[in-house]
Amino acid sequence: MNEPDDQITTITTEALAVLAAVSSLEELDERVATIVGKRSAFAAVQKSFGSLDPEERRTMGARLQEARRSVEDAVESRREQLRSIERAAMLETDRLDLGDVVVATRNWSVTPGHAGLVGSTQAQLEDVFVAMGFTVAEGPEVESDWYNFEALNIPPAHPARGMWDTFYVDLGDPETVVLRTHTSPTQVHLMEAAVAADSLPIHSVAPGRCYRRDTPDARHLAAFHQIEGLVVDRGITFADLAGTIETFTRAYFGPDIESRLRPAFFPFTEPSAEFEITCTICRGQGCRTCSNTGWIELGGCGMIDPAVFEAVGIDPDVWSGFAFGFGIDRCAQMRHELSDMRALVENDVRFLGQFA
Amino acid sequence: MRAPLSWLREFVDLPESVDEIRAALDDLGLVVEGIEHVGEGLEDVVVARVDEIHPIDGADRIRRIVVDAGDGPLEIVCGAWNFQVGEHVPLAPVGAVLPGDFAIARRSMRGVVSNGMLCSARELRLSDEHEGLLVLDGMIEPHAGERLMDALGIEADVVFDLSIEGNRPDAWSIAGVARDLAARFGRSLREPELATPNPESSSAAVAGGAIEAPDLCGRLTVSVLRHVRVGASPTWVANRLERAGMRPISNVVDASNLVMLELGQPTHPYDADKVAGRTLRVRRARPGESLVTLDGVTRPLAMPGRGLGDTGEDCVITDGDDQVLGLAGIMGGATSEISDSTTEVLVEAAYFDPMTIARSSKRHGLRSEASNRFERGVDPELALRAVARFVAVLRASVPDLEWVGAPLDLRGDVPTPSTVTVRRDDVERSLGTALPQSAVITNLVALGFDVVETATNDLVVTAPSSRPDIRSGAAGRADVIEEIARVWGYSRLTRHTPTWPQPGGMTDRQQLRRRVRSIVVDAGTYEAWTPTLGGESSFELTHEGSTPVRITNPLAQEESILRPTMITGLVAAWGRNVERGFLDLRLSEIGVVFTHPDDTDRARWTRGGAGGTVDLRLPLENERLTVVLGHRDDDATSAVVLWSMVANRLGLADVVVRPANELGEGLHPTRGATLVDRASGAIVGVVGEVDPHVIESLTGHQGRRLGLLDLDLDVLADTDLVKRRSALAVVPSRYPSAVIDLAFVTPQAVHAADLGHDLASASPLVESVDLFDVYHGATLAPGTRSLAYTIRLGATDRTLSDTEVASVRETLIAVGAGHGAVLR
Repeated sequence: MNEPDDQITTITTEALAVLAAVSSLEELDERVATIVGKRSAFAAVQKSFGSLDPEERRTMGARLQEARRSVEDAVESRREQLRSIERAAMLETDRLDLGDVVVATRNWSVTPGHAGLVGSTQAQLEDVFVAMGFTVAEGPEVESDWYNFEALNIPPAHPARGMWDTFYVDLGDPETVVLRTHTSPTQVHLMEAAVAADSLPIHSVAPGRCYRRDTPDARHLAAFHQIEGLVVDRGITFADLAGTIETFTRAYFGPDIESRLRPAFFPFTEPSAEFEITCTICRGQGCRTCSNTGWIELGGCGMIDPAVFEAVGIDPDVWSGFAFGFGIDRCAQMRHELSDMRALVENDVRFLGQFA
Repeated sequence: MRAPLSWLREFVDLPESVDEIRAALDDLGLVVEGIEHVGEGLEDVVVARVDEIHPIDGADRIRRIVVDAGDGPLEIVCGAWNFQVGEHVPLAPVGAVLPGDFAIARRSMRGVVSNGMLCSARELRLSDEHEGLLVLDGMIEPHAGERLMDALGIEADVVFDLSIEGNRPDAWSIAGVARDLAARFGRSLREPELATPNPESSSAAVAGGAIEAPDLCGRLTVSVLRHVRVGASPTWVANRLERAGMRPISNVVDASNLVMLELGQPTHPYDADKVAGRTLRVRRARPGESLVTLDGVTRPLAMPGRGLGDTGEDCVITDGDDQVLGLAGIMGGATSEISDSTTEVLVEAAYFDPMTIARSSKRHGLRSEASNRFERGVDPELALRAVARFVAVLRASVPDLEWVGAPLDLRGDVPTPSTVTVRRDDVERSLGTALPQSAVITNLVALGFDVVETATNDLVVTAPSSRPDIRSGAAGRADVIEEIARVWGYSRLTRHTPTWPQPGGMTDRQQLRRRVRSIVVDAGTYEAWTPTLGGESSFELTHEGSTPVRITNPLAQEESILRPTMITGLVAAWGRNVERGFLDLRLSEIGVVFTHPDDTDRARWTRGGAGGTVDLRLPLENERLTVVLGHRDDDATSAVVLWSMVANRLGLADVVVRPANELGEGLHPTRGATLVDRASGAIVGVVGEVDPHVIESLTGHQGRRLGLLDLDLDVLADTDLVKRRSALAVVPSRYPSAVIDLAFVTPQAVHAADLGHDLASASPLVESVDLFDVYHGATLAPGTRSLAYTIRLGATDRTLSDTEVASVRETLIAVGAGHGAVLR
């Protein structure tokens, strides 16, 4: 009974001693089989248990297993130790004083670069609007419920919230912080700021990234980009809205592309409209993309709802305005007939390299 | 919503052209998302009797069938086996075109000519059944030669699939859509057939009702129906339901559903014998109560929910013993359901508070056709009209049905329809188009509005009870103007492109971003878009010990944390390209990274909470440019070269590369530097290499170096923190410059840039100082290296004399000495 017990103690001690002497990860990998693996003393002792009676074999087997596991643990901690020693040594060898880099003597291999499709599309859209007299504004991606919904006339639990599948951020009370589901909160920031600074009118577009809790597919990504337009001035009418959409459509998509508005519902505009443009694929002839209607939906727009003006403290008897919003990625998709939006986030050089 | 054209035509006379109706629906904002042509492709299909069945030599899957479709024997080859001689099946003769543009031609198989095709239900788009032919015997009494559509009672129809906006509960019914079309086409609206209660009897004597929560239930009507026989609905009812997308169940349930689809009022029929005291009451659920709904799920009631402002309020229907029968307006309970043996029915037609229904429905994850309508707002005046229609429909299958007189009709709080004054110039001021006043009035009246024109030509407009979306005051005026514009037609409104005196343009910040972007793209990077949402392991890789900003409801655990850096995303993207065999790639991205408000003193404060009354601390959103240089020979020095291009192109006055160790956040611990504006001390970013551990973890690559440049655009944009070179032009001297080279043995601790800077400012005669060589060697004292600078000296008004040059040289050497540097 005692003899195998002592044997286990001995081989354990020996194995730990060998382990302590191992000085590199490479050596450890080489020797691990003889320390605790198939070619180790543990394996040999286990084989010798074949001659023991079943009861004893069970007891000793358990003892051996326990000892073996302790050595295995020691191997792992030694591995960690060696890893950090080797990393430290490697980092030391690597050390480089970047203040001493003599830039003039370094070669910079010249290869063509490529701007991203979304960023370029955004810039083109901004340029069109800037030429039409708009300034460009921006807003944060993490918003409070107030800016993303309530100030836009979408009260908590309102069924209209079903229009947006929302990611909630784990901050504050439950469901009070969101990843913005649209760029429209920027409208509220713009109006609040203009009221505070007494700097109305506003003629701005606000591009940016938005998020919807929607499983990505060929047509949708959970993250996407929108551009929002906001005009608040004296005497602004629905005719101004329709004219602005039309001018933009022709400027961006081309002179033969027309726009049309049809009634729709958005809580933050009234009257509201969807705007559609001549299908850019078939030029209005009717095709699969436009379901044979000759038109494709681009975005939503409308006159600022008086409830929104009230939320930000603008007098609707003095000021009126319109807002519109549409997808930047969608513009890129239409212009380049992009069949799968997921290519935008896969960052494959064969895709990235196609755009100037 | 599915709206069959035949059903719409019952309410209003419409043009023949489906295209014209479709265009009108679209233009009214009742957008047609699809059109189904019922019966299309079935016109030529006839009923055929199977007279003979013969095997075909050498074929074990198909047989030769002789049928008679009224014109004598016809041979057909058929692969189905589920029919016998004497039975009747559909035959598509040669020349027929089945649904899906499937043209039937004469074909020959195994030498046998087939004169048409015998059809399954699926081939005819009648159902999904395709296990053999559609055998008509048993369904109907078939006659060979009859048109299949006549035999099955199918009438050709067109079904519009309409998208009804959330603010138009009134349009979520056949009658509602018909009302809009009637207004658009200037037609009148017809009433459906309605029943009247039996004046001889009294509901109050046999049933009871009470509203105990008038704020949740604005109206409760209870009707008693006697002599009910539960059975199948007549064909026309079943057909309508199916066309509208609902399955027929029994005449009572079908009548309820038909009325809901037709008028928009959900009704709930109870088996009167199963309702204690034949009494329906409405109250708030109490904590601890629960309900087994029709779907078999036990639902605890009155439990506060997660949503903002959700107190857990549930509105329930109870019986005479105060037992909960159902979640009001959402779903009934199992106990009082209609069954085959039901003979007396209580019909509940009510109005519930939309927000209460919306919250309960969301909290319980229960959506029903009824809750969808109640949460948007059902017409509170519709209840008894709907019951009258219910009874009329049910009478088609139960002729002696009795509607017990004087139905119980109880009132709680009902919103008052808004009255709005539309001043004479309001329409033009809003739409930019002056519309004829008469057209405005006609259109509003056609939509059910009450319109009074004042002496000053203002319109006092009162919304019908079916239009809860029409608000009061300025908002209500906008609502009414939208209605006016909608019926008039948006496409007929004027367009005008506005101009204003204020110039458009981009901010300095936006221009800087564009400039940075074009510099790094011009330098050869590919601009990437990596995910904003990442997983725990990639967060830990660079930001162990920091607090992640988490998403409460991520789509996947790997997309649950807002990125603290773009380095991991770019390295992973680089790795995927290398995997595909693209070994040389430099990637850049401009984007936002997030820091938990607990981890930063730059957290953003904003308005939050219900009503925007709470101060809320949000994450820092830091805009950065991150570049990962992954050409095979790229390393930290490449990143420094790129930085020098960026710094020069941006005209930064004095931002230096200051070596720093253990910067963390994904940077190589011994090959990194901060980029510091010397004057302000502001850190513009970091330059160096990606930590090899990060590269290995994300891509499996060992031994590949990735150069890294990571700039903080928030800092870079701040011209107080990061000084630009002076905008003033300096005309180079016309006199020759003197060029001297000085090599200093300098302690390693002295930054080359600092020494260079001090040399440059040592004398006004120094034009420029450029480091051209760094030498480490055994001959130098330990802890030092030699820094060699080319120094250009000159003056604008003369050629420098040798003495002057020598004097400046001495000054420069003294400056070096000040840093512990010795001329080599």
